[in-house]
Amino acid sequence: MRAPSSDLPIKFQNVTLRARGVVILDAIYASFRAGKPSVLIGPNGAGKSTLLRAAMGLVAPDDGRITWGGRENAPPDRRAIMFQRPVMLRRSAAGNLRFALAAAGIARTRHEERVHQLLALVGLQGLGDRPARRMSGGEQQRLALARALAREPEILFLDEPAASLDPAATKALEDTIRQVARSGVTVILSTHDLAQARRIGGEIIFMNRGRIVETGDADAFFIHPETDAARRFIAGELLT
Amino acid sequence: MNSGQSALTLVLTADPALIAIVKLSLTVSLAAVAVAAVIGIPFGALIALTRFPGRSGVIVVLNAMMGLPPVVVGLAVYLLLSRSGPLGNLGILFTPQAMIVAQAVLVTPIIAALTRQTIEDLWSEYREEFAAMDVGPVRRVLTLISDAKFSLVTALLAGFGRAAAEVGAIIIVGGNIEGFTRTMTTAIALETSKGDLPLAVGLGMVLMTIVVIVNSLAFAARRAGEMRAGS
Ligand SMILES: Nc1ncnc2c1ncn2[C@@H]1O[C@H](COP(=O)(O)OP(=O)(O)O)[C@@H](O)[C@H]1O
Ligand SMILES: [Mg+2]
Repeated sequence: MRAPSSDLPIKFQNVTLRARGVVILDAIYASFRAGKPSVLIGPNGAGKSTLLRAAMGLVAPDDGRITWGGRENAPPDRRAIMFQRPVMLRRSAAGNLRFALAAAGIARTRHEERVHQLLALVGLQGLGDRPARRMSGGEQQRLALARALAREPEILFLDEPAASLDPAATKALEDTIRQVARSGVTVILSTHDLAQARRIGGEIIFMNRGRIVETGDADAFFIHPETDAARRFIAGELLT
Repeated sequence: MNSGQSALTLVLTADPALIAIVKLSLTVSLAAVAVAAVIGIPFGALIALTRFPGRSGVIVVLNAMMGLPPVVVGLAVYLLLSRSGPLGNLGILFTPQAMIVAQAVLVTPIIAALTRQTIEDLWSEYREEFAAMDVGPVRRVLTLISDAKFSLVTALLAGFGRAAAEVGAIIIVGGNIEGFTRTMTTAIALETSKGDLPLAVGLGMVLMTIVVIVNSLAFAARRAGEMRAGS
């Protein structure tokens, strides 16, 4: 079941990551702590998804090191990620949740109860028998959130959680995310949507071209950005 | 009476000789597909999910082997099983077992190559989610095979179609012995060359019907399954 030690804080020390010779993360220093959400913002291609994957432990840095609660090579037992375009397995909504529960080593006797709770948490109660891949975009996104939570994570990474949703579905998803954060899960999410970043609040990490340009508390950041790039991004002028 | 009418009479009266031939054909081809599946599916999955030097070469050869000429396979298996061959002391040349071996050799690359492609495509789709959910290797393989099952059924059908239709391999290793190793395709070849067209046409009709029925059943099963799984 759950590992005794915490994965927090997650520390990036001089982390550089390249793909085919191109630098995607450039000498990143960062520290993610327990508590309020961290929100990565920045234009498309800034490196937000790559940073989340690295923090999840899915890609290893080419230079520098990442530690989870002081440990390198910490297994992802206490972490979960929801990708920007989640892929549902070819089975029912409940089947997808059972799969995640089994993969996380959660006792089979608890599966039905957990499936029930998770579906209710994301507002999909009664839809457990639907083939997951036939569900709407918003439903699949919520199911993906439930599937990530099935791992009972200490840290939840969300990559552009509402990128393809309409305003009502976005609000529903954000409400659930807030509820999850309040329940003690450390949420780290990325978005290119400034309004969403404001609504989530917490610690803002502004990225551009593979670098962390500026960090700060959400309220302060949006009112008094310190760098020119952040000012231009907030004004809607920074596109790449 | 023309040959079409006499053929129909043979089929409709369930001529015992004809029934025996049909039964042997189905037994041989189904057994060959079963053997090929047991070897080809794990082999295809293994190649799909591993990386090793020379892998591309193996895939090219495997794909090329989908088009193995039946007579060449027949000849190779004949040499293998003949009295002086390496497996000669099995003594199964000119028996249905030899025919199963030959057709299995013919069909295994088809099933392995199609499995490899199917599993690899699904793997690239599922890979990140598997990594994110920290899914162990055994569960990964079982899930991929399970989620690919409808495509794998199609691969088995392609194999069955190939086995049921071929004549070159089984005529060489089976010998087309009446009442023992004579199948629909070898009988059609023989009866046509002898000029007994009614039996040849009757067998041809039965063969076509079987292939159509098997494919329809599989198509319906696939449809129903996909509706439920939401592919
Ligand atoms: N595997 C990869 N190969 C090549 N380029 C990549 C790869 N992954 C990401 N990139 C590039 O790195 C940059 C950052 O990507 P990403 O982290 O997805 O940014 P964001 O999520 O902020 O939009 C982009 O320019 C992207 O094209
Ligand atoms: Mg991204």
